[in-house]
Amino acid sequence: MDRRSFFTSVRKEKNIAWEYETDLPPLGSGMAPLKGKLSAAQLTHLLKRTMFGAAPKELEHFKGKKPKKVVHELIYAEEELPAPPVNNYNDPDNKKQEENYFFDEEVAAGQTWVNSVTFNGKNNGRRRNSFKSWWFGLMVNQQTSLREKMVLFWHNHFATEANIVDNARYLYQHNQLLRKNALGNFRTLVKEVTIDPAMLKYLNGFANTKKAPDENYGRELQELFTVGKGPDSHYTENDVKAAARILTGYKLDNKKFESSFDPSRHDEGDKQFSEFYGNTVITGKKGPEGAQETDELLTMIFAQQEVAKFICRKLYRFFVYHNIDAATEKNVIEPMAALFRKKDYEIKPVLEMLFSSQHFFDPANFNSIIKSPVDFTAGLCREYQVQFPDTANYTDLYNLWEQVRNQSASMQQNIGDPPNVAGWQAYYQEPQYDKLWISSDTLPRRNLFTDRMVNNGFARNESKAIIDAVAFTKSLPDPSNPDQLINGAVSRLYNMDLPAADKAFIKSSILLSGLTGMQSDHYWTDSWNNYLANPGDKKNTDQLVKKLKALYKYLMNRPEYQLC
Amino acid sequence: MKRRDFFKRTIPAVTLPAFLDGWSLSALAQSPLLQGVGVANDNDRVLVLIQLSGGNDGLNTVIPIDQYDAYYAARTNIAIPQEKILRLNGVDQTGLNPAMTPIQNLYNEGKIKIVQAVSYPNPNFSHFRATDIWLSGSDADKTVESGWAGRFLDKEYPGFPTSYPSSSMPDPLAIQVGGIISPALQGPVTSMGMAITNPSSFYALLNDKLPVTDADTRAGDQLAYIRQLSVITDKYSTVIKNAAQKVKTQSSLYPAQGKNQLADQLKIVARLIAGGLKTKVYMVSMGGFDTHSRQTDANDTTIGSHAKLLERLSEAVSVFMTDINELGVGDRVMGMTFSEFGRRIKSNASGGTDHGAAAPVFLFGNGVEPGILGTNPAMPTAANVKDNVEMQHDFRSLYTSILENWFLIGQPESQAVMLKDFDSLAIVRGR
Repeated sequence: MDRRSFFTSVRKEKNIAWEYETDLPPLGSGMAPLKGKLSAAQLTHLLKRTMFGAAPKELEHFKGKKPKKVVHELIYAEEELPAPPVNNYNDPDNKKQEENYFFDEEVAAGQTWVNSVTFNGKNNGRRRNSFKSWWFGLMVNQQTSLREKMVLFWHNHFATEANIVDNARYLYQHNQLLRKNALGNFRTLVKEVTIDPAMLKYLNGFANTKKAPDENYGRELQELFTVGKGPDSHYTENDVKAAARILTGYKLDNKKFESSFDPSRHDEGDKQFSEFYGNTVITGKKGPEGAQETDELLTMIFAQQEVAKFICRKLYRFFVYHNIDAATEKNVIEPMAALFRKKDYEIKPVLEMLFSSQHFFDPANFNSIIKSPVDFTAGLCREYQVQFPDTANYTDLYNLWEQVRNQSASMQQNIGDPPNVAGWQAYYQEPQYDKLWISSDTLPRRNLFTDRMVNNGFARNESKAIIDAVAFTKSLPDPSNPDQLINGAVSRLYNMDLPAADKAFIKSSILLSGLTGMQSDHYWTDSWNNYLANPGDKKNTDQLVKKLKALYKYLMNRPEYQLC
Repeated sequence: MKRRDFFKRTIPAVTLPAFLDGWSLSALAQSPLLQGVGVANDNDRVLVLIQLSGGNDGLNTVIPIDQYDAYYAARTNIAIPQEKILRLNGVDQTGLNPAMTPIQNLYNEGKIKIVQAVSYPNPNFSHFRATDIWLSGSDADKTVESGWAGRFLDKEYPGFPTSYPSSSMPDPLAIQVGGIISPALQGPVTSMGMAITNPSSFYALLNDKLPVTDADTRAGDQLAYIRQLSVITDKYSTVIKNAAQKVKTQSSLYPAQGKNQLADQLKIVARLIAGGLKTKVYMVSMGGFDTHSRQTDANDTTIGSHAKLLERLSEAVSVFMTDINELGVGDRVMGMTFSEFGRRIKSNASGGTDHGAAAPVFLFGNGVEPGILGTNPAMPTAANVKDNVEMQHDFRSLYTSILENWFLIGQPESQAVMLKDFDSLAIVRGR
């Protein structure tokens, strides 16, 4: 990918002059573990960060448990890799007569295409969409585990772009690679990604030969994937060149869909690194042993203290808060990084430490992140338990996933296609960070999305993905009491309270059609109880449903709903 | 610069209105095409709807002097003493609740039309259902998703919200002050209006003042940013601000902010009309009318909770009328009160009244045909708990009259908006 365009793709949209203050009071809390059982608010906070939204089943499952237990389960959950995406993309039968009618000649409908050997302009585009829909579906259907969030984290970290990698099989393989290693060993992950076909294609690794080394991956490996370019990172341009020479020789086999090492293309000379890397020399090797240089390169890089810090800072920004002040660097990043190194770059222990810590559960960190578009869309589906079609109905299922995924894309997070190799700017661009998700274009889209999910949802054939306002209400404690209903909805949707005056206003304007005062509460209670006893009373049920819809639309239109 | 100072500094650039709480984002479009979308009827007339939530007790508002004995017998514990009833010029048989002196004055100036016994066939006694019926204009046995005003605006401004704001209609189609966006303004596809939920937020918008939240926290900082963005996002906030800023003073007769919520809302309405917005429909509301118990003081029925409400209503309408005339826009404005139902003829043992049926509607403005339409409700000689005020006028005739005679839209259009053919009534002067 073109490095030039990286620098020019800075976001131009500056809607308001916001003073990006970083003088908010520092938090005193550190990595000492949180004691006692998790409160409802703490559990909700933990789940909203580690999963996509906090769904009722997890809230129930983990209720009243201790943080150590919950975190352990989220991180150490044994999960198999999911079944691969299938052919959901043949044109429907009624289009058979049309000129552009498409059906996959190799892969039958409902069967997986990930082992397909045919690749052409027609099937690949459809398979790319199939891959993206499938992936989005994995998020919506995630198991009680940190894994899918980590896949997104690593995808943003080792950014690749589907429109450049192009080949759907490579995309699928790359994604499963991330999934397999998401909670594994970071060093292993870096090695796997370095020789992964999708990455080799994306950062020109496959074209990096001894004749004319291509520095793209050699640079990004250091700048973006391992040591970073913070103040303590001092790799030099020569280091980039040297790394590029080490990485010469890898190539892609577009028939077997794998990568391999070709010694004839490898630069066999010695590679000298800078003082930052201890002036290491990696001796050049002939033949297949040339590939070992890559391992030595990684060993050298990983000896740097900065690698652990760089990754831990990224984890912190993704999971906790965008700003790392001096207190956070000292109390959080350094202990995390030290553990990361101590455990030889195993990912699980560091995450366990982070998510069990008093700092993570510091109330000042609740609702401190603006939801990413994926959190916003997939999270909504999970929190409201939006029903999707059965797996057997893959045509409708993948299509509905695609429709919701497109919403996320329109909110500027198109999974599989970050803007460039640095990932999504909201995760790294100072000073705005996650405020970048909210613009005069994307904020209305978020509101239109939530309105739509309440009003009409998304439909395909007979299937519909829509919020069931009544079912959600039933899942709240004591919905017959209008005050409790609002409290329940607010704590579920926001994990923060609203001022009493606001809640009174909501009760009066929305649940009670303008009536005020405690004596009017019974109008709601009667209506709710009547609904439970006589759901067939159409007038009452219609009224009730209308009000609940208005309630949830209103709550989701408030800015509090943008936070997690 | 310290965080605290941020709130005090003047915000330089053109694009920075201050935070506003509760702005509805309903007036959104995809990138507006800014085509000159034609407006069907280019008069500058405005309708102000005042919703009285809870069901106003019409019998103690507009009192049947000509059947006083039966009235008194039916509701002895809350009946207004005959000598205290406010008299109206040239009218013997009907008078007003003593709390309504400002409206009495307006009536005597020829600015009020009282329409007696407004309701609809098979009236519904549920607040929610009845409100829906009044707002949608549907029959009692039908459910209609759109509001009558929303349908009217949809006809006037086809294609909303895409292509809006446009050069010929740069302003919101309807504005509601107080409350969330009313179902009355719901068009066939989307809401046609925008809501200024909280009057004090309106002034914050004008004065570039962010409200004090705990923005010194991580979450507070994010919220403040999002709210700021949502103001800018709302395409109409600048338009509203510009219009409001053209009005430098308003009547000194308005009560202090917070003392009379309806007056607070109407004050903003007057300001926006005078500021030149082309908005055709405004909605405001006051609640508290569900007076099941103690609607009057036990010892003096001329005071109490219902009297207080009528007092506020009267004060607000009166000062609004003064203001719009002083501002020079009085001839453009017609107002109408409505409530989802009236109340029972016979009072109950707790000194209040239960849900009823027909009730009077007030129309006000320079353009009303003054007087009283209809007769006093018939008082039964020995009222029992089942008796209700009978309908004389269908509320949809009122809306039809407003559409045809005030907004001057044609017959087929008004019928389409009202879903059926209703006769119009003589409520607009000269028509």
